[in-house]
Amino acid sequence: MHEMSIALAVIGQVEEAAEQAGDITAVRSVRIQVGELAGVVPDALSFCFELACAGTVLEGAELVTDSVPGRARCAPCAHEWAVGMPPRLSCPRCGGATTDLLSGRELQIVSVRWEDGPTHALTREPIPEER
Amino acid sequence: MCRVVDLQQAVLAKNDTTAHTLRAGLTASGTTVVNLLSSPGSGKTALLERELVLARQRSVPVAALTADLATENDAERLARSGVPVKQVLTDGLCHLEAEMLGRHLEGWLPDGTRLLFVENVGNLVCPASYDLGETLRVVLASVTEGEDKPLKYPTAFGLAHLVVVTKTDIAEAVEFDEGAFRANVERVNPGVEVLLTSARRDRGVGALLDRALAAADGSPLHSPVMARRPDVSAHSHQHTHEHPHGTGAMAQSRS
Repeated sequence: MHEMSIALAVIGQVEEAAEQAGDITAVRSVRIQVGELAGVVPDALSFCFELACAGTVLEGAELVTDSVPGRARCAPCAHEWAVGMPPRLSCPRCGGATTDLLSGRELQIVSVRWEDGPTHALTREPIPEER
Repeated sequence: MCRVVDLQQAVLAKNDTTAHTLRAGLTASGTTVVNLLSSPGSGKTALLERELVLARQRSVPVAALTADLATENDAERLARSGVPVKQVLTDGLCHLEAEMLGRHLEGWLPDGTRLLFVENVGNLVCPASYDLGETLRVVLASVTEGEDKPLKYPTAFGLAHLVVVTKTDIAEAVEFDEGAFRANVERVNPGVEVLLTSARRDRGVGALLDRALAAADGSPLHSPVMARRPDVSAHSHQHTHEHPHGTGAMAQSRS
């Protein structure tokens, strides 16, 4: 169960990005891609994420997970297939071992949704013409 | 104001960067790292013990670092070979990370070490995700573990440069089906070499050392399909755009 380490890595990187951006008051959600072959269990990761966010700028943030299916292509015969689980990485059509993995190993932070600080908020009430 | 920011960063980017730096630094000083992964009780330590003795007999400067949740038992066993050995206690952590390894090597790894064997925490799940700066990744499985082990732990077996079967002296007693095991390895890691060993009967001992030395000499390594992927981590940028919907609502929901 290394999902806690993965969760901490996600949080660390989002914290760093928030610090660079400056003035981030809260992180609402973090979107990640988890490939079928990434060796990470999304449910376990969400559980750890929720716990590990406590006391950080990510407290209460939602972890949105996009699962990426594993797909492979045979270099010699160009056959493309869904690798499945457990994965078949030798070509099911020609038996070839020269396979390109097209997707499935993703473990990637895609985006974050966060709140800017008050400096970006309106500093006065809009006048009637602006309403 | 609520914004969506594209980050596009690999979750393990930090570990990967540390591992690359460690590998470059060690390679420059002539040290090659071999990362040994297996489930608990597969016989990593027994085989490594024999390989270390052999390395010493052949005057190959080797060292070994072994990681466990608790006890120094493995280090004591490995130290009998007479080569420098270090025990790392992870205090419950299920895997090693590159930064941890780097920290433990500092001030310990003897100058001139040709090969550093790292015996990872006995676990086929978590250590598979962490590059330690190794050049050669070896996954071991004993004949008692079942022929379908590679299918049950596809990430570990799929990313290996070399697969080692241990305890072949009892293969017959446990009715180990070598053909089925090889077929399962081939399914998740086509083309990878499978070595058969028995530390107790001295079968295949030395092959691991030979493969490690070949890797250290720059011989081309097996390239696992699972490691051949479009390099998404290379695409790293950051730009901000406002969230197209509900910005006001989000701002209002803040109290």
